[in-house]
Amino acid sequence: MSDKILYGCAAVFNTPDEITHAAEKVANAGYKKFDVHTPYPVHGMDDAMKLAPSKLGYVALVFGLSGTLGALFTLWWISAVDYPIVIGGKPFFSFPAYIPVMFELTVLSAAIATVLAMLFIFFKLPNNSHPLHGTEYMKKVSSDKYGISIQADDPQFDKEKIKELFETLNAAKIYLIHWDNDELNHKHKILEPKFLAFLFVVALISSGTAYFTLNKLMFMVPFNWMMDQPKQSAQQKSLIFDDGFGMRNPVPGTVARGYLPYQFKGQPDLAGEKLVNPVPISNESLKLGGQKFDIYCSPCHGYHGDGASRLRGQFPNPPSLHSDKVRKWSDGRIFAVITDGQNIMPSYSTQLSVEERWAVINYVRALQRALNAKESDLQ
Amino acid sequence: MTAADFTKELSVIEGKPALRELDELISKPLETKPNKKFYIALSITLSLFSLLVIGLGLTFYYGIGMWGNNNPVGWAFDIVNFVFWVGIGHAGTLISAILFLFRQKWRTGIARFAEGMTIFAVMTAGMFPLIHVGRPWLAGYLFPYPNQHSLWVNFTSPLLWDVFAVSTYLTVSLIFWYVGLIPDLAILREKTTHKIKKVIYSVFSLGWRFSNRHWQHYEMVYLILAGFATPLVLSVHTIVSFDFAVSIIPGWHTTIFPPYFVAGAVFSGFAMVQNVLIIVRKIFNYEHIITLDTLEKMNKIMLLTGSLVGYAYAMEFFIAWYSGVEAERFTFLNRALGPYAWAYWIMITCNVVSPQFFWVRKIRRSIPVMFVIAIFVNIGMWFERFVIIVTSLSRDFLPSSWAYYKPTYVDAMILIGSFGFFFTWILLFTKALPVVSMAEVKAVVDGAQPSHKEH
Repeated sequence: MSDKILYGCAAVFNTPDEITHAAEKVANAGYKKFDVHTPYPVHGMDDAMKLAPSKLGYVALVFGLSGTLGALFTLWWISAVDYPIVIGGKPFFSFPAYIPVMFELTVLSAAIATVLAMLFIFFKLPNNSHPLHGTEYMKKVSSDKYGISIQADDPQFDKEKIKELFETLNAAKIYLIHWDNDELNHKHKILEPKFLAFLFVVALISSGTAYFTLNKLMFMVPFNWMMDQPKQSAQQKSLIFDDGFGMRNPVPGTVARGYLPYQFKGQPDLAGEKLVNPVPISNESLKLGGQKFDIYCSPCHGYHGDGASRLRGQFPNPPSLHSDKVRKWSDGRIFAVITDGQNIMPSYSTQLSVEERWAVINYVRALQRALNAKESDLQ
Repeated sequence: MTAADFTKELSVIEGKPALRELDELISKPLETKPNKKFYIALSITLSLFSLLVIGLGLTFYYGIGMWGNNNPVGWAFDIVNFVFWVGIGHAGTLISAILFLFRQKWRTGIARFAEGMTIFAVMTAGMFPLIHVGRPWLAGYLFPYPNQHSLWVNFTSPLLWDVFAVSTYLTVSLIFWYVGLIPDLAILREKTTHKIKKVIYSVFSLGWRFSNRHWQHYEMVYLILAGFATPLVLSVHTIVSFDFAVSIIPGWHTTIFPPYFVAGAVFSGFAMVQNVLIIVRKIFNYEHIITLDTLEKMNKIMLLTGSLVGYAYAMEFFIAWYSGVEAERFTFLNRALGPYAWAYWIMITCNVVSPQFFWVRKIRRSIPVMFVIAIFVNIGMWFERFVIIVTSLSRDFLPSSWAYYKPTYVDAMILIGSFGFFFTWILLFTKALPVVSMAEVKAVVDGAQPSHKEH
């Protein structure tokens, strides 16, 4: 018993009046490191102990306001900067609609921050190794008695004097409280294997859960009946037709509406000789041709047909349409290139109808003319 | 009758029990083995809960086509139940926060239980929007997090505000509840002789040691939390009402909705708290802690909020007529006289008529009568949400799309099952944690505070 280090001297009282009185006396006697322990907050005790008012209100203020401003900033950044999208004709930054979320985040951050600050910064909890724990004194003050304790490291601490003081105050019982040597000598090492294992398990579980939730769970489709439709998909085996093909050929001897066979496949020069542009140069055809040129041709040939396109440098450079070769080609020869493709250029016969192809050729002619205008064009 | 001494504050705890007796009494359910009655009750709630599990299983397996929702009535039991349970959850924070700010000492006996109910009710409520979206496993997208689609949520939508309001409410309620529990867990830590229990209580009480240097900050935090929780509790049902009020459906598009919903929420929450507490105080012998006076005060609040709700019903009708909007007028006449008139009149009887009996002092203080009235209030408040949601949707602007909504057996299973879920939690709560706050109750016993006489 005697080799234990003294934590302090404590006394219990039976009534709230007595403890208030005792706290006043102890505070007046000049003790600084003393504390009162009561099963519930006793009114007037803060004054009796001469405690300064709690500063936790400032924590709530600071974190509440940062919640508000943080929410405002986040909402502004999300809706007006990172992902601006018009919703219901409202402006990107529609402040009134943000008020509910801002309010909720204010409350959330203030509440969480205040409580965490109280428990872990102001109280320095969790602390289950405090010498008062497990004592008879603690059992009493947790239930129905009122206790006061003076710590041994108080500059005025004198065991006998304090005992005397408590006795004059009519204490029901006086205790000497000691540190637990086992707990004192126990050192928590950071690199303890148990602690490291604990950290590892925590890291594993939290990262695993986060990975699973964000990368797997969000993409799981447990009951995916909607995707399962009773229809024939392309390339699927058919149970209806004898040959088992899901995709069918047209009935032999039939021709699709509007279909005209192209006679000059693989013979571009012949096409240049034989084909004549049936589409007259008019405002409409130039407009149509320009539109289609911008959609299908400009990605490689550029908006002006000079090959200065956004793909320049990423592909083999497409030839300019203003070269002598192309300018001297007949309309039919260009038609053959659009229809069949040439070198790396694919066929555009599925994207452009016959008429549209001729309209594009008219537009290309207009572009060529614009770079090589004659004197008469200026008049 | 003798002249009462009005200078003296009435005690909220009867009979001036010794503080240690209170500890013993309140912690008794935690220290004794559950008896037969507990297991019977638990088996009932678990059976109801299994209905929920089956109902949800059917819903997930076959899709929400298992419900009765049809084309105009896209929101039905799922949203009705959501609003109902969120409403139930409003009593807890009201009691622990608003009544705390008003220094109503009688709240101490019921606060812990009501807070617990809040958490369980909000948990139950939170389930419904999740199943309502049809694919609950995708509900993570409701939260704005930087995802690989670089998509963000729509912050101008009340449905999104709801996500924030309900999750904030649940979090703050949990914090509030836990902060209140810390001293009680420390009491149990000192009391228990059981080794495992001692470890659990030690961990969760964080080494609380009843120091007045701690109590000082603790009371400040409690005040701050109450100050934040008060507007929070009002905001939650306000935002729930925005789900409706911000739309243009006749019968929903009204500015009275926020206060009307909050009053209704407090009304139904108090009814549920009163119902359950009447049973709890009887079983655990807490009659002197949760006194008849306390129950009477709760009945008075029900009378007040019930009358507010009744006023809102009347005002809705008046404004529908006064606005001169044909669709609004039709909607309200249709509520009272149309195909859902039966639901409307159940609502009026239960919500407006039944609480009016509380004007009579004898009824206010008769436990069986108040129990029945509170049950009626709960039924009525469920029907209120049904009336608002279903009647408005089933007949909106376009008569060609009108349709009558009928719930299916799966809807019924989920509704009944949600009660099983809620009461299972309540039962486990009564056996796992003190249902009355020991530290708070001790502080309001007669003679617990200094008399401030000259020493």
